[in-house]
Formats: sequence, structure tokens, C-alpha cells
Amino acid sequence: MARLTPKPLSQPPVTPEVIAGHGLTEEEYRKIVKLLEREPNYTELGIFSVMWSEHCSYKSSKKYLKLFPTKGSAVIEGPGENAGVVDIGAGQAVIFKMESHNHPSFIEPYQGAATGVGGILRDVFTMGARPIANLNSLRFGSFDHPRTRYLLGGVVAGIGGYGNCVGVPTVGGELFFDESYNANILVNAFTLGIAKTKRIFRGRAKGIGNSLMYVGAKTGRDGIHGATMASEAFSEKSVERRPTVQVGDPFMEKLLLEACLELVEKDYLVGMQDMGAAGLTSSTAEMAARGGTGVELDLSRVPLRESGMTAYEILLSESQERMLLVAKKGKEEEVKNIFARWDLDAVVVGKVAKGHMFRVLFDGSEVACIPVAALTTEAPVYNRPAERPQWHDEVQKLNLATVKESSDLEGDLKRLLASPNIASKEWVYRQYDHFVRSNTVVAPGADAAVIRIKKTPKGIALAVDGNGRYCYLDPYVGGILAVAEAARNLACVGARPIGLSDCLNFGSPEKPEVMWQFSRVVQGMRDACVALEVPVVSGNVSFYNETDGVAIYPTPTVAMVGLLAKVERHVTPWFKSPGDVVVLLGRSREELGGSEYLKVIHGLVKGIPPWIDLKLERAVQQCCVKAIERGLLCSAHDVSDGGLAVALVESCVGGPERPLGAMIELHEMMRADALLFGESQSRIVVSVKQKNVGRLKEMADHDGVPMQVIGEVGGSRLVIQPLIQLPVEELKEIWSGSLAKRLQ
Amino acid sequence: MHWGVIVFPGSCDEQDVYDCLKQGLKQQVELLWHKDKLKGPLDCVVLPGGFSYGDYLRAGCVARFSPIMEGVVEFARSGGLVLGICNGFQILCEAGLLPGVLTRNASLQFVCRQVTLRVEENDTPFTRAAKKGQLLKLPVKHGEGRYYADPETLEALRQNRQILLRYVDSKGKVSPLANPNGSLDDIAGVCNPTRNVFGLMPHPEDAADRLLGSEDGLKIFTSVIAACDRREKGAWLD
Repeated sequence: MARLTPKPLSQPPVTPEVIAGHGLTEEEYRKIVKLLEREPNYTELGIFSVMWSEHCSYKSSKKYLKLFPTKGSAVIEGPGENAGVVDIGAGQAVIFKMESHNHPSFIEPYQGAATGVGGILRDVFTMGARPIANLNSLRFGSFDHPRTRYLLGGVVAGIGGYGNCVGVPTVGGELFFDESYNANILVNAFTLGIAKTKRIFRGRAKGIGNSLMYVGAKTGRDGIHGATMASEAFSEKSVERRPTVQVGDPFMEKLLLEACLELVEKDYLVGMQDMGAAGLTSSTAEMAARGGTGVELDLSRVPLRESGMTAYEILLSESQERMLLVAKKGKEEEVKNIFARWDLDAVVVGKVAKGHMFRVLFDGSEVACIPVAALTTEAPVYNRPAERPQWHDEVQKLNLATVKESSDLEGDLKRLLASPNIASKEWVYRQYDHFVRSNTVVAPGADAAVIRIKKTPKGIALAVDGNGRYCYLDPYVGGILAVAEAARNLACVGARPIGLSDCLNFGSPEKPEVMWQFSRVVQGMRDACVALEVPVVSGNVSFYNETDGVAIYPTPTVAMVGLLAKVERHVTPWFKSPGDVVVLLGRSREELGGSEYLKVIHGLVKGIPPWIDLKLERAVQQCCVKAIERGLLCSAHDVSDGGLAVALVESCVGGPERPLGAMIELHEMMRADALLFGESQSRIVVSVKQKNVGRLKEMADHDGVPMQVIGEVGGSRLVIQPLIQLPVEELKEIWSGSLAKRLQ
Repeated sequence: MHWGVIVFPGSCDEQDVYDCLKQGLKQQVELLWHKDKLKGPLDCVVLPGGFSYGDYLRAGCVARFSPIMEGVVEFARSGGLVLGICNGFQILCEAGLLPGVLTRNASLQFVCRQVTLRVEENDTPFTRAAKKGQLLKLPVKHGEGRYYADPETLEALRQNRQILLRYVDSKGKVSPLANPNGSLDDIAGVCNPTRNVFGLMPHPEDAADRLLGSEDGLKIFTSVIAACDRREKGAWLD
């Protein structure tokens, strides 16, 4: 079809307006001319604009990302590849990454979220791994905002529609509502896969003369300049950007996945790369850069969905479900046969070339010729100004004396349980298949998900966390808390962390206050990673999350992966039997800054986030994991949003069986609301058989972990002497039904 | 006995069924490619869950035209055992091997949760290891699982005792809350009049290990194994 249409006569001229329209600054354009030693043509300008976009080049964040600890004895591949790779022993590795799809999901929630899942799946199976678990981290505007329900419904259906169809279980996630995200939602998707350490493939173009093969869906005009869109702030006109959102085809992805994994088992392959942001352009350029080679592409061979496409459009299309692979010379037919079995085309579109040029031909003439390094390593890196904003002092001021303590603490507890940030998220996760692949040991709804590794005694735990409100109030501490809570969630199921992936969602990097937030969050995350010994192995940065000049809360989301040596020893957050003793590990402090209580009951987002001592945090986590490994604990649950009272309610009513009551006595001398709803860190509520209390105490003392017996499981009420006395059936109804009720 | 598990493009649960039969129950089992002809020796053919051909048009309606289906129909007509799980159930209905259809869930949403099932009949090769009235805990995960049949068909299903599983609450009673998709008469699984073809929406292969929360799903597979045992001894279908 495409061959019958007339060739475009010439490329449009490159004018200052065209340059600005491509999001390139004058200075950046001068750099392009210098690197090329000539003016770029229109197609080349398009290539530079996507490759140098914030989304692809990390030009504002690179400087800070270098701070993260990325090494570790088990780390096989850190940031820079399609996904991070961590050894889990016995010749197996887990491969994982999280990525944002915020802008497309705001414009078209179903397709935006669906293609976000598709993209992250490809990042993982492109390395030769079988995806076995998905997570997602979502932020929406205020629950009462007119668009929130529409966006939430679309995003959840899109994530489910894609992940379910591809047959990868979605085992966990998080969901948070706040006005800050009214006009800029966050959709961060995570995939973990498993592979043999000997069969891991990198996105590298190696071996001069080897063929570049294009597999999967045909190329259309969808998503052109998606990467550029992700590198701009929103305005009211953004809805006009709808044509830049791609449409997903999970069935195609499933075929691609199975065919690629079949190929990985054979000896025909040199490297693989998914065509994600900036499509064919970035996949070829990145493969060449990593391989230290040149590439030559012939666009006339690219399978097209529509006629009359120009070189510019083919190169920048972000059509989904496409992969690029480097096949060994002479093995092209074998590769084609594998794809044919799955009714997929595999076409040779170019080759690995000598030298270091990214060279593109179309209908016999050269349309682009750029040094690979100019698109990758030579892309601009900025040291943007960063400055603490003046308003920051004001938001940190919180005088608790002016916050009136409520006389109805039971009513406050009920309101908190009904808050969509605390209530059960079952309405969301029941739309995701979390059983497929028959590995799910702990399904969504617990502190962390647990999946078994078939044919081994091992398990993998996964959790995702991040509190934008804390980061807004103190980005450094917020960064620490995001990492600490993710690790604590893993500890609650009995897992030790082995690595993390993150999405760093921020406003415009061109604003000094945003860069200040970014630098402080990264520093905080870095310090927590070092203290807790968790390497950062992959991740992404999403800037320009703002609309009409207003940025979202600085929101890092941290997806952490942990290992359980014996998966059958795992623990869930829910009380198991009457008579078990309830114990609090860690210490409560009188602090309410940034809490959900302050927001829901008093309408305040103020103060400083909870204090944290990373040494104590580590000790609490290790004590919990050791106790679980020794089989001492019946349940373990992290104290987070809503404080101790909410954690106790969740332990009573959160499980799949009938709710259990508890009789609790707290003796700390402090404000009752802080005692019940304060979000002091490094605390875990555990339950334990009476006969094991002594052993747990010995372990806690040994590790320097404060521990107190606070009560006993049993009865049909949750009693927190002398403040709360409520039937668990009522609590369960409020907590488990609120979200669904409000969405009906 | 010999099991065959068909792989359609878009099947997702074939490996789960395979592992459950092979590792869990030590059976002889083979994955069968949808483009091939159905080849024996086979005692039971399983059509697994998933999204064959993306389920874009209507669940199961394309897969019934896969080359292997001709052999499956013939195998069923000659008395062979055919088990359809979720998407497999949908395909069997589309192929005319089972009565009724599966439509969009009443909620119009995909639903994934544990359900309780009541075994309504146990004089079939698929339920014989269970007691009549026994409750089984299995997961469902589907967007189109709302069983429907016209009044005459429904009446025939009842008369012939072809309704093998119903959604119930933890006490064994039918209720709208216990029915995850709005299925007519709370139907979770039906067989054909000759009782050798069975389709169900819940996933027995995902409830085959206590570590994952339930091993009640094994009852379906052990029933088939017991039935084939008897047949070898000359007593087919009791």
C-alpha cells in the first residue's frame, strides 16, 4: 500500500518557528548544528526533539540520579537497561521496572493506562523474562472533583483490560486522592519478570552486519511526539493532544510476548529492544549506543498501517506492541518462522553497521544521518537552578495547640476508615486478575503481595509506596519515608528487600522550587537506600506534572522487591485467633504533621512529616523479619496512614475470614488524637501466641527495638481503652464498603 | 490417563492447568497447539482460560473456528471427556457443545474474587469425587461470565440435572451477593446431556494448593481421574 503512494517531494524547511514547535531551545538548536557540523533537515530535527526531550534524555535529572546506590552483590544489571536485574539464586533472576504514563492517562484514561501497562511489560520481556507480576501506583484528584470518578474508572478498567488479557496477575498497588492531582493524575505501572540468569538479553546492537528485525504491530500515525508531550506542562488545550495517545492491543502483546520468549530459548538472538517512547528512533539509537556500533535503517521496509506516511512520521510513531531485535546473521529465516507460528510478521528493516552513525534511508534516499552519540550520550545535561520556596516555611508551621482535640474520637475513627485513602481498595483490585499463573500466595489488600517461585521454596514480595503530602511538607524526609515504608511493608510479610524501582513524579524542572523538591527527595531516598541497603536498579522520571502553572505534590513512588527464603513462612496482616497477644514494635510519638487525620478531620495539610531514625527503622524491620522466619508471629501490619487505631482496625477486619475483635490498652501520655491517629514511623503491630511473647521480647531487646504488649485478640469489638469501643462488624462495613458505595 | 490442554492464541491459563496436572497430580499431560489436529491417545481434553483471539468480538467466538476444534467436537461426540474452564467454557458454548451463552457480567466490570460453589450433582465424571451439596472455594476472574439460557433450555438443564455447580454463600445458600456476575439461576457450571462435556467459569487449577488459599479445585481433576479409572475397568460413567 505505502509503496503506491507518491513520495513526499521534499521536507518542510526548518525555521525558528518549527524549532520552537519541536520544544527545542535556541541553545539546543545551536548544539545540534555543532554536533552535525551542518543544519539538520526536518526529519533530523524531529529525531533530535524526541531524543533530547526530558522524557528520553533525563537532561534535568541525570545529575541527581547518579546519587542513588545502584550496586549490590545480587545486582546483575542496574539502571540504563530496559529494566533492572537482580539475582535470586539457583540460576534465576528477577527483572523489574516501574514507569509513568501520567499525561496520556489524563487525556484518555482507559487507553493511557492500558498502554502504560503494555509498555512496562515489554520493557521486561524484552530482556528475556517471563512477566509474573504487575503493580500500579495511582494518584487522582479530590474524590469529589467532577472528573475523578471518570478518570478512576477508566484507568482501573484500562489496567485490568490490558494486564488480564496478557495473563499477568496484578498483585498489588496503591491509590491516593488529593486536590493536588485534580488536573494531573499519576499512573505508574510496574512489572516483574523472571528469567534464567544465563538467558538475559540486553538492548544492544552488536556484530557488524547482523540484521535489525522489526516484529509486532504495524506502524501508524498514532502517538507521534508522545515523548514530547510527556515533556510539557498541561494547559486547558491539552485535550487537543488526544491524537498523541496510543491505542493498545493486548492480544497483539500476548502473541508478541509468547513469540519473544520462544525466541529467547533459541540461539538466534543478539539483543532486543521494545519500541516505546520515540518508537523506532529511540529503540535503534539506544541499541546502537549501548552496543557501540552504527545502525542503518530502511524505512521502506517498515510494515505500515496507513498509506502516505513520511519518514518523519514512521520514525516518530509510537504505535504500540512493536519490538526491534538484532538477529544473528543467517538466522533471519528461523526468527521469522517462530513469529509466523504466532501469526506475526518479522521483517528485516536494517542492519548493524560499522562506524557510529544513525543512518536512515527511505525509498532509496538518505533522510537522516546523525552520530549515535549526538542522540544519546551527547544529549544536553542541565544543572538547573534549585531553590527552596518562601512559602515552604509557612506550610511547615503547625501549632498543635490550635488544633482542637475532638470530643468524638469514635466518630473520627469512622470518618478516617471511610476516607478513600484509607478504606479498602477492593473495588479496584477485584477488577484485576490476581490469580493467573497460580503463584499468588498473598493477594492484594495486604502490606505487600507475595508470589511463590515455582519449583523452589522461595517467594518474592512486592510493595509500592510514596506519600506526596509528606514530600510537599518536607521533600527530604518524604523521600526517606517512601523508601522506609516500602521496605517495612516487605518486612511485614517476612521478606528482605533486594532492590527497588521508582517513578519520580514532579512539576516543571524549569522552576527552581520544583528542582529543589526533586533534589531533596532524591537525597532522602538515597540516604534511606544506603541505610536499609537497598539498591535502585531501574526507574523513571516524570517532570512537567502541572497544569496552568500549578505543580502536583512532589511524588516519588517506590516499588520494592523482597525475597523470602521460605515462602510458606510468610505472614499476613490479619489477626488469626482469639487469645493471641497484640504487640507493638517501635514507639509512638506525639506528632500529627502531614497526617491523614489532620487532612480529613481538620482540613489541614501542614506541619512536618513524622520523625524517622533509620537505625531504628532498620532494627524494627529486621526484628520483624527474623521473628517471622522463626515462625513466631501470627500477623504483622505496618502502622501508616491513619495511625495506630486504623492499623488495629485493619488487623481486625481486613482478612478474608470473619473479623476478630481485640482488647487494647495504650499507656503513652500524649494527646489522644495523636496516640490514635498519629503516623509515627518504624511501628509494626504484630500478634503472637502467648507462649512466644518471651522469645519475641528477647529478640526485640537484643536488636534494641522498643516493644510493648498492648492487648489481646478476641471478642466482637475493638476496644482501645479508654477511648474506643466499637463492634468489628460495623468497622468492617465502613472500611470495606466505603469506596464501592461512593463509586456507585 | 492422558490429558491434553489446548493452547489457543491468547490462552493464559494453560500452564497453570498443565502444572496442576503434571506436578500436582502426576498425570500424563501434553499442551496441544490450536493449529494442529487433535491426536490421541487422549482421555480428557481441557480448554483453558484466557482471552483467545483477544476476545475482541465476543468471548470464544473466534477460537471455536481454530483447526483443532473439529477434532474436539468429534472427540466429544464419541464420548471423550472435554473440560472447559472460563474462556474454555465460553468456547464450548460457542461451539455448540454446551447449551447457553456467557454474556457480560451484570456489573459490566471484570471480576476477580474467591467464590463458594455448591456441587449440585455428582453423577458425572467431573464431580464424582465430591459429595452432593459439598461446598468448594475457587476463584473466578472474568468479564463475561454471566450464564444465560432461554427458558426452555433452562428447564431442560434442570430436568436433566445438567447444572453441576452453583454460586452460593459461605453457608451454602444462593444469594445475589454470592453470585459474582449475575448468572441466571446462579449457574457456575453445566454439562451436556451425555455428561461428558463440562464447562465452568471458576478456575479449579488456581485452587490446587493450600499455599495459595484452597485446594478444592483438585476435586474436579481427581473426579476425572477416578472416572477414567473406572472406565478402564469397564464401567464408563458409572
